[in-house]
Amino acid sequence: MAITQQSPTPSPSLSPPTASPRSARARRGEAGAAALMITPALALFVLFLIVPIVLAFALAFTNARLISPRPPEFIGLDNFALLFTDPVFWASVRNTFYFAVVVVPVQAGLALLLAVLVNAKVRGTRFFRTVYFLPVVTSMVVVSLLWRFMYQQDGLINKALQSVTFDRFTPVDWLNDPAWAMPAIMLMSVWQGVGFTMIIWLAGLQTIPGELYEAAELDGAGTWHQFRYITWPGLLQTRTFILVTITIAAFSLFTQINVMTQGGPLDSTTTVVYQAVRSGYQQLQTGYGSAISLVFFVLVLTVSLVQRHLTRERG
Amino acid sequence: MSVTSIATPTKRSVVVTVLRSVLVVFFAFPIVFMLVSSLKPDLQIFADLGSWRAFLPVGDVSFANYTGVFDRVPFARFILNSVLISGVTIALGILVNSMAAFALARLRWRGRGLVLGLVLATLIVPFETLALPLLWWVNKLPSFEADGFSLAFKQGWLDTYQVQIIPFIANAFSMYLFYQYFASIPRELDEAARMDGAGWFAIYRTVIMPLSGPAIATVAILTFLPAWNSYLWPLMVVQSEELRPVMIGLQYFFQLNTSWGQVMAYSSLITIPVVALFLAFQRSFINSIASSGVKG
Amino acid sequence: MSRRNRRIVAASLTALAVAGTAACSTGSSASSDGPATIDLWTHAGGNEAELGVINTIVEDFNASQDQYTVNVQDFPQDAYNDAVVAAASSDNLPCIVDVDGPNVANWAWAGYIQPLGLPDETFEGQLAGTLGKIDGEVYAYGYFDVALAMFSRQSVLDEAGVRVPTVAEPWTKDEFMDALAKIDGLGQFEHPLDLGTGGGGEWIPYAYSPFLQSFGGDLIDRSDFQSAEGAINGPEALEWAAWFRGLVESGHMAQTSGEDATADFVNGKSGLLYTGNWADTTVKEAFDDAVVLPPPDLGAGPKIGAGSWQWAMAEGCEDVEAARAYLDFAHDTKYFVEYGNAVGLIPATLDAAAEIPAYAEGGENRIYLEMADQFAVVRPETPAYPFISSVFQKATKDILAGGDAKSILDRAAADIDRDIQQNGGYTS
Repeated sequence: MAITQQSPTPSPSLSPPTASPRSARARRGEAGAAALMITPALALFVLFLIVPIVLAFALAFTNARLISPRPPEFIGLDNFALLFTDPVFWASVRNTFYFAVVVVPVQAGLALLLAVLVNAKVRGTRFFRTVYFLPVVTSMVVVSLLWRFMYQQDGLINKALQSVTFDRFTPVDWLNDPAWAMPAIMLMSVWQGVGFTMIIWLAGLQTIPGELYEAAELDGAGTWHQFRYITWPGLLQTRTFILVTITIAAFSLFTQINVMTQGGPLDSTTTVVYQAVRSGYQQLQTGYGSAISLVFFVLVLTVSLVQRHLTRERG
Repeated sequence: MSVTSIATPTKRSVVVTVLRSVLVVFFAFPIVFMLVSSLKPDLQIFADLGSWRAFLPVGDVSFANYTGVFDRVPFARFILNSVLISGVTIALGILVNSMAAFALARLRWRGRGLVLGLVLATLIVPFETLALPLLWWVNKLPSFEADGFSLAFKQGWLDTYQVQIIPFIANAFSMYLFYQYFASIPRELDEAARMDGAGWFAIYRTVIMPLSGPAIATVAILTFLPAWNSYLWPLMVVQSEELRPVMIGLQYFFQLNTSWGQVMAYSSLITIPVVALFLAFQRSFINSIASSGVKG
Repeated sequence: MSRRNRRIVAASLTALAVAGTAACSTGSSASSDGPATIDLWTHAGGNEAELGVINTIVEDFNASQDQYTVNVQDFPQDAYNDAVVAAASSDNLPCIVDVDGPNVANWAWAGYIQPLGLPDETFEGQLAGTLGKIDGEVYAYGYFDVALAMFSRQSVLDEAGVRVPTVAEPWTKDEFMDALAKIDGLGQFEHPLDLGTGGGGEWIPYAYSPFLQSFGGDLIDRSDFQSAEGAINGPEALEWAAWFRGLVESGHMAQTSGEDATADFVNGKSGLLYTGNWADTTVKEAFDDAVVLPPPDLGAGPKIGAGSWQWAMAEGCEDVEAARAYLDFAHDTKYFVEYGNAVGLIPATLDAAAEIPAYAEGGENRIYLEMADQFAVVRPETPAYPFISSVFQKATKDILAGGDAKSILDRAAADIDRDIQQNGGYTS
């Protein structure tokens, strides 16, 4: 096929560093300007991100409590020893991966479908786009409350499924069934987040030059071929961006769990971040909660490094 | 530039329209449920829960829940606080992050690769895991208190606007978006400006920023959503009612006898401004968010 | 620096300054002359009735003398504890705080609050559950308590052929199970019983540990508060767990009931409701033949929870005299009566009860007072309580979801014991 090898996105002209000889003075000036411009951001980062991270790391090796008259003591790796023998922690790791492995491709795929749908020039596109985006602008706390109502055994979701199947569907107690609770939360999370991903896809689609499609049509390429050989390669950079952002968001799953299931039933929805917060605040075990956070950082860092490695190979 | 196919356009557009409409139902129904419930008395919300009536404004419909909301919480004050907090966070965030991104993307200096890598690594830290150490830390920070015209020193940032704003100004995601965008602007522009004797600040200000409208809008939007919906942090750091943002207001309705109608009314009230904003600025919303994806 | 650059810098400085000065509007003003001002924090934000009474008392106090002024700051209940913990960590607590009963021991241990130092006579005739007492010293007192009760309708019980239990003669366990089966047999309800299993947080130990206690188990061994072993996982506790899960398995109640159990009862989804007496008005407005019943005797007598919000004095209070003066002034029967009238809950003293018709001898709400007096068990008065509560919440949810009770409860006991041991027995 003629168009296969084409790189459809006009890559942004990233010109190589200029070879013109520059004086040492100019370079010093450049470095000085850079230092001035980056200092406010770095100072804020150090104050409000690095310091707390270092504190969290340090706390992880102590028995610090949220409420206590006793000063924290250094206890070495005790928190980690306890953590790694805790079946609930391993359940939370499994659930976190389960959530990410399902939600990342589903949300990205559905979003792409939506983007293609609202990218077609059909009347009312603005309306559809707005409706698909509605959940994004609604607060996650509010959204979780609404869905908790709807997931009840005698709630709207079961009612709707019964209507569509002419009562052949047996109502499921979604959030109370260890097998269904996590899928229910996945569905709701995708519902809330997919509009945002759609917009990013849409942007990617809009940058693919129309001439490519026209040329393909002249070659007699069908919808699938056009998608496979023009759209998909054209979305390469968008794909990486979406993969990284959804993965990070998926690993941080917390609010939905906190509002809807508190990790239950039988630990089927507990996640690493939920465990960290539960231990750190509710059970007042600041040190132990910090240890969970630390493990979480290592986990996500590993995943993103692997991801970066994989996408780099493909790209 | 629609993706055409072998099928006839009419048949295809029918499929598209049907699919889009089904999806509208999927995306809109919880929101409709919220709006409709906000018009009903508590008992009726629960009576209607298992039937299609949940989506219909039928029965004892009134604005009583809304009146109740305004009686119970200082709604205007909460909205004002959230507007102020998100507004200042956005303004300062754009300035600080774009300057840093400019230094990373357009200027050459030793160690910038390392700094960029570190900034990106912080993307993976969810706020929930840092809230406690951060709380402890902001308690140690000095702050100045205006007493008439003299400034008094006090320790701790609790119960202020600044504690809701300043920790959220520097943002790796925003910085990354600016960085990507700046990197895509041809370097020849800088060089030309240099020839004309412009300094780096002037280039940032007169060359790069004016070209970065979409990136600025994207960062503004991405900063706005979490700032407006922020909940855990203000819960921990704000004590005075006059400093509370909108999401804390939701808590006022959860009592021994929770008034679910008022919860729904309040939720609708705090969602509507954001939706209205989206409707009004849909074009720039889309275009701006769009740009962040492609330039990546 | 160009003019435009200066403008940008000036604008950002202004924004910082705005943020900075706004920060200051809240510091408490401790002016040298005039009355000394102390702050009072309450969880009653959004609860107009309760907040109204608090404001009345504070206004009365401020008007009664010119030495001190009390200043009220209200928080929504769910945000309150976080605010207190955050403030305590920065020594920013106000002089007077209200505190949920089960947290009194923890806050006293942590040094958040101190003994009130009021004479013992002050608290005569007060329901035990409304006093935060540790080692014989009163740290907090409350104006009201809440009683847990069963609500049903006379017509439903008659139709099902079920005896109406009384405080003197409550249902036995067998009678209770029989009643459930009979009400279920009417076929009118989705579930005959609603224990409010949709609730979460502190509701779980408040509502369900009394059942555990009625079986003869407990959250912890109360002899020295050092171990939960044998109390939370003993044979009685296993019986409790089997019974509790059995209610779900037999279809007598939902594993997780609706968001609002009272609304579901009023809407006819359940025949027997178990909740606090805050639901009294809603139920009685809905049904002319509403009846209030004591919870069943599951072996060791009927039990209900106790201990609601109480007033305490912060440890770091700079003006203890002012705080004590207020707390003494506010402990007045007329305010107990006012509270009782406004919030409808159980007045904390017998004197006040006598002045509120519904709670006086023969009044329609007298049963709540009797139950609070005879059946109430306070949640364990130990600094370990917040941890125990969290562990019990998870254990209960897991049992309701059908997990293995033995391993769940053994684990709960081990977790609690480890926490106590890690905190040096919570003795210092």
